[in-house]
Amino acid sequence: MNLTLKVWRQDGPNDAGRLETYDAPDVSPDMSFLEMLDVVNERLINEGRTPIEFDHDCREGICGMCSLVINGVPHGPQRATTTCQLHMRSFKDGDTIAIEPWRAKAFPVVKDLVVDRSSFDRIIQAGGYASVNTGGAPDANAMLIGKEDADTAFDAAACIGCGACVAACPNASAMLFVAAKVAHYAHLPQGQPERDRRTVKMVNSMDAEGFGNCRNYYECEAACPKEIPVKFIGNMNRDFIKAVAAGNEG
Amino acid sequence: MNWLLRSLQSSLGKKFLVAVTGLALLGFVVTHMLGNLQIFLGRDALNAYAAQLKALGGLLWVARAGLLAFFVVHVATAIRISLENRAARPVRYAVDPGIQRTVSARGMLVTGLTVFAFVLYHLAHFTWGWVMTDAHMLTETLADGTTRHDVFSMVVAGFQQPLIALLYVAAMVLLGLHIRHGSWSFVQTLGLNHHKFAPAIRAAAAGLAWLIVLGNISMPLAVLFGAIGLPDGVTV
Ligand code: HEM
Ligand code: FES
Repeated sequence: MNLTLKVWRQDGPNDAGRLETYDAPDVSPDMSFLEMLDVVNERLINEGRTPIEFDHDCREGICGMCSLVINGVPHGPQRATTTCQLHMRSFKDGDTIAIEPWRAKAFPVVKDLVVDRSSFDRIIQAGGYASVNTGGAPDANAMLIGKEDADTAFDAAACIGCGACVAACPNASAMLFVAAKVAHYAHLPQGQPERDRRTVKMVNSMDAEGFGNCRNYYECEAACPKEIPVKFIGNMNRDFIKAVAAGNEG
Repeated sequence: MNWLLRSLQSSLGKKFLVAVTGLALLGFVVTHMLGNLQIFLGRDALNAYAAQLKALGGLLWVARAGLLAFFVVHVATAIRISLENRAARPVRYAVDPGIQRTVSARGMLVTGLTVFAFVLYHLAHFTWGWVMTDAHMLTETLADGTTRHDVFSMVVAGFQQPLIALLYVAAMVLLGLHIRHGSWSFVQTLGLNHHKFAPAIRAAAAGLAWLIVLGNISMPLAVLFGAIGLPDGVTV
């Protein structure tokens, strides 16, 4: 396959950035999207040019490091798939592919396609945990958790924190990410003591980071590589209202 | 009260305000339409209904004040949210096709602002009587010799002007788009969602939007196409 890439290049956080065009000849349909970029980068390095910076780590769809908005869709055209798991057979010979970074005020560009997602870490620090006392470890399975709750908590815990929801949202809202973290704990007994406080603190932290508001476009759900459902957003709205009504707004 | 104000200023709190006030406005839109549809029952029915509303006196002013408050909070909060949303994405995407966003969701600010402009025109037209002064002055003399405001003839005279009728139709289509998104979105915003009912709620919202559009545009269209005309002896 021969492809044309239009890649966002930005020298640093303060550079204005621009789309640059690159040829990608002889691409195998069996390559992953990131392998295709590796090949392009090798050629750039051989030609003495600066390679395209992009984030990645596990390359098996579990770490949440890879990103890339591909032809306007975070993680590219294949549903429920991270960029590292996307294969070039999803494209046709002769295609032009636009590659842009996650775009959000709360995700500033570091270089090219690499953005700083530490705003997510600060939201987790604000409340995305369950406090436990140290001491003897409790017996495994001593605390019973209903199958439905365990399954729902696990669905929410599938979030890898990649930020595709923010990238996809026309308002750059982080609702799906925060709602997944809130739902994860809200369905487990260990999450109950701090439930109200956690919801309010994480929402406040999300606001302080400069993410937008949710308008129920549901683009996040469609872009999420882990298919986190938007019902968690409604559930978080409910939890937030309950927390405020109970006077536990922190 | 500080805790409440602070919570209402959060992203979720602001959306809560928009949803609650939007719901109240939706209730008004439906009631307003049902009342006005009495135009199809004839001059007597509509004028009697209008006189009844006027007779509410103080209560009418309480309702108007409440409606105004809901409207102001809805518009001010929605504009604020929209500005924040714009600021949250300072650099736009070069390629941005969207995946499953709808036109109605995308257009909320535009449809809302047009509805706002339309409401001002509508008040100037039928409530303040600035658009067609003569038609606004019309009265009907009843059998017992008393007179009442001839709302029926005022409305018919207005909609006999093709431009005015078309303006009302266009405004109602935009209101319908606003309601198409808003009347299911509030369910999620208020946390009343249930994933099993979500498709049914969206279908019901679309149905409600159609009903509101068709119900409201039936009035100007009926006049425009001559199905409803001025009563005998009334000229404007
Ligand atoms: C009678 C007229 C109106 C009705 C029935 C109405 C109804 C609604 C409803 C039910 C919502 C959904 C709230 C939610 O998503 O939870 C909404 C949202 C919205 N309304 Fe209205 N509205 C009206 C007028 C206006 C006006 C005049 C504006 C002018 C700015 C406006 C702007 C908005 C915006 C921007 C949103 C989206 C807020 C967001 O989700 O971010 N609306 N409206
Ligand atoms: S690189 Fe780890 S999820 Fe893609």
